Amino acid sequence: MEWETVIGLEVHVQLNTQSKLFSGSATQFGAEPNTQANIFDLALPGTLPVLNELALAKAVRFGLAINAEIGKRSVFDRKNYFYPDLPKGYQVSQLDFPTVGKGELTIVMDDGSEKVIGVTRAHMEEDAGKSLHEDFHGMSGIDLNRAGTPLLEIVSEPDLRSAKEAVAYLKKLHSIIRYLDISDAIMAQGSMRCDANVSIRPKGETEFGTRTEIKNINSFRFVEKAINYEVQRQQDVLEDGGRIVQETRLYDSERDETRSMRSKEVANDYRYFPEPDLLPVVIDDAYIEAIRADLPELPDEKKARFMSEFGLNDYDAGVLVASREMAEYFEKVVEIGGDAKLAANWVSSELQGLLNKNDWDISDCPIEAERLGSLIARIKDDTISGKIAKTVFEAMLEDSASVDNIIESKGLKQVTDSGAIEALVDEVIQNNPDQVQQFKDGKEQVLGFLVGQAMKLSQGKANPGQVNKLLREKMQ
Amino acid sequence: MIEKTVAELSAALAAGEISSVELTQAYLDRIKQYNQSLNAYITVCEEEAIAQARAADEARAKGENSPLLGIPLAQKDIFCTEGVTTTCGSRMLENFISPYDATVVERLNKAGAVMLGKTNMDEFAMGSSNETSYFGPVRNPWDVKRVPGGSSGGSASAVAADLCAIATGTDTGGSIRQPAAFCGITGFKPSYGRVSRWGMIAFASSLDQAGPIAKSAEDAALMMNVIAGLDEKDSTSIDRPVEDYAASLNDSLDGLRIGIPKQHFAEGLNAEVEQSIRDALAEYEKLGATITEIDLPNNHLSVSAYYVVAPAEASANLSRYDGVRYGYRCDNPADLEDMYKRTRSEGFGDEVKRRIMVGTYALSAGFYDAYYRKAQQIRRLIKQDFNEAFKQVDVIIGPTSPHTAFELGAKTDPVTMYLEDIYTIAVNLAGLPGISIPAAPAGGLPTGLHIVGNDFAEAKVLNVAHQLQRNTDWHKQKPAGLGQEA
Repeated sequence: MEWETVIGLEVHVQLNTQSKLFSGSATQFGAEPNTQANIFDLALPGTLPVLNELALAKAVRFGLAINAEIGKRSVFDRKNYFYPDLPKGYQVSQLDFPTVGKGELTIVMDDGSEKVIGVTRAHMEEDAGKSLHEDFHGMSGIDLNRAGTPLLEIVSEPDLRSAKEAVAYLKKLHSIIRYLDISDAIMAQGSMRCDANVSIRPKGETEFGTRTEIKNINSFRFVEKAINYEVQRQQDVLEDGGRIVQETRLYDSERDETRSMRSKEVANDYRYFPEPDLLPVVIDDAYIEAIRADLPELPDEKKARFMSEFGLNDYDAGVLVASREMAEYFEKVVEIGGDAKLAANWVSSELQGLLNKNDWDISDCPIEAERLGSLIARIKDDTISGKIAKTVFEAMLEDSASVDNIIESKGLKQVTDSGAIEALVDEVIQNNPDQVQQFKDGKEQVLGFLVGQAMKLSQGKANPGQVNKLLREKMQ
Repeated sequence: MIEKTVAELSAALAAGEISSVELTQAYLDRIKQYNQSLNAYITVCEEEAIAQARAADEARAKGENSPLLGIPLAQKDIFCTEGVTTTCGSRMLENFISPYDATVVERLNKAGAVMLGKTNMDEFAMGSSNETSYFGPVRNPWDVKRVPGGSSGGSASAVAADLCAIATGTDTGGSIRQPAAFCGITGFKPSYGRVSRWGMIAFASSLDQAGPIAKSAEDAALMMNVIAGLDEKDSTSIDRPVEDYAASLNDSLDGLRIGIPKQHFAEGLNAEVEQSIRDALAEYEKLGATITEIDLPNNHLSVSAYYVVAPAEASANLSRYDGVRYGYRCDNPADLEDMYKRTRSEGFGDEVKRRIMVGTYALSAGFYDAYYRKAQQIRRLIKQDFNEAFKQVDVIIGPTSPHTAFELGAKTDPVTMYLEDIYTIAVNLAGLPGISIPAAPAGGLPTGLHIVGNDFAEAKVLNVAHQLQRNTDWHKQKPAGLGQEA
């Protein structure tokens, strides 16, 4: 039987505010345990929440970026459950009236096809602390640094049909979030977390199959692997005549498998009710418009502009806008280098190759945008040839000096002095009488060979255009 | 001196007739003498009080003067007080020393008041008789066989017995007003949001409100001038200017329109109590007020709605007491679940557990609409009733409680106890200001006159209360049997 996969993702992103959602504690990652927890975070009796307005603004910013309905009156609710790293015994979240309502985003697949994925909602909530089970002699330690960190939980519609689509959606979300500067969105650090709801159904069937929820997926790669594993598992179960149990499953990246996390099928009753310590959050059009006016250029818009303004093709533009840092890097290179096409070629081939080879982020790259821009400027003003530029590029990896200094110190400057070029040309003509004769007999393609000889003689430094021109003149 | 009002003591301090240290010592002595029988205080802060009094005297010597400077008062043990045990009447917090001050405490400290100690209360403010306290029941100074009312019973008993000049209380369903009525003193619950709840241990967040328990409406106004006002640490506190509540106390009541709810003068009201209320109303007529009967058609639903909303909120508010971070933890827990279960079973008393269970049930899947949502709808109807009434009248007056203080152990059925607050609860559901002041005693015991105002009509309510106290001396009645001077 042919099966169809149905996936919906629940993505939690930590909003990158200085302080927590309802308290003034800092939110830095990696601090000593419990150094970022104040009396509210500890849920001391009598303490009360005060909403961090910046977190609200960031949530609205996200909503506007995905063309979502913005809740003009959002309501926080208490989600009740006991856990040692949940100090109040309830998590403040949003149930019926989230800050961000229905929205959508477009993903592009490898074959260039586009697909619109619905976002059901995005609600604000506070993060829990962490339970630490090592180093406590059979007891558990509680670290409340993370407790109360603002989260935006972004829930997609069950619109995704493959693990690849899920990854594309997640990457697009990541890209938008980074462009908006609302979260660090680093999966390995947990500032972006993804739970996947996965089910399968016979192709053509309109009813959804029973789904499982996969948790603990902490990289883009694992999203794909976890979903693929789970799809195969469900298929095996169903084809063996079994049935899928609705449950939460944990992804184990070391074994590359999902495992049942809770044996109980009974759903938790969280007894949500409106948080009486907070008033409903009411925002008006002026507030929303002010945030809209402040939105940066987003990846889709940027891509369109790169194509129209710089004449880039769809693929190159897509690669360049995928991350905000890459797009900013590229724009800086264009600005300084003065040639978008050249810049696009260099960024997407040489630079990208370098990053891939070393597994670097653009921010790790020793060749800064300013220097790559200067390199391109030197190609454009004929100081160096494209070929020599590659040598300079290599040198820039080891040497943090300016492009001009490197060209100077390595003597790579292109020879444009007409006297020097004339000498080269004369030498080539003298050493290759046969080819010269062939040219004179009308065999045009020999010119290329002669230019090559001249370049070789100059160790690549001669200006090929000048060489070409002069050779032609002398052989007339 | 200790029997005097804050206004009188303030004048005496300003005139140099007595120092704050002397006054504080006099209250401490009286506490030593009577607290054992009344059990009004859980914690007495002798040294700290004397130190605060000395600081107040020094400030005064430097020329400072304000109504509460050097005045010895008591804090209900629901308010967090830095460095002082804050129990909320519960075993759960028996050893909890707060690292911070509640806003109410901070403001009173800043005004130069002296904190004598922390007063007893029903556990987590859940009760109407002060019998649910882990630290034992409080006694009514009018008759130690009787309850002082609750949940602010310790504060009410302490004020009535002159174990302090004034005290703080909190009122979720009547917890300031009913004990004030039972103890023959003045208890004021401001509008919801008028006084900050920061540092006030939560029972039911949408209903809880702090206020003064005092010997006169004038004293209540003086304390309100200090504790009222916006607090950015409490998102439900109101950003609205605070009036000088003492300034309008003497406004004339000529033309005042008083509404009396027919539902508050119906079956269940003790005849003698009713007579006291009618006598007070007659006094108001003498002062130029007119009296109209009004209808609060949904009043009969208020107790039921309250006992859904309040326990629901409480069930979540009390989840933090889990033995993990502070407070009581059971001995030798076998595992996490065992720790939760035993900590909460051993740390909470029966009434608290009952309300946590009721609230948990009301919020459960499948019951939410029938209980919590329905209760919120009733709450809106009750508010509408008041809105309608206040189109016709300026204040609403009736009895605070259907009867006088009852004997300890007299009410064992929880529902009978819940009906104690039948006249006061609707005011919390609607978020309105209400005061209880003494009317004529009935059968030798105090009665309470309940005056309710419209939203943020604190000044009007205090004015109406003060005018009765200017023209009668019911509020000056003292319990017999306790010596006037230590």
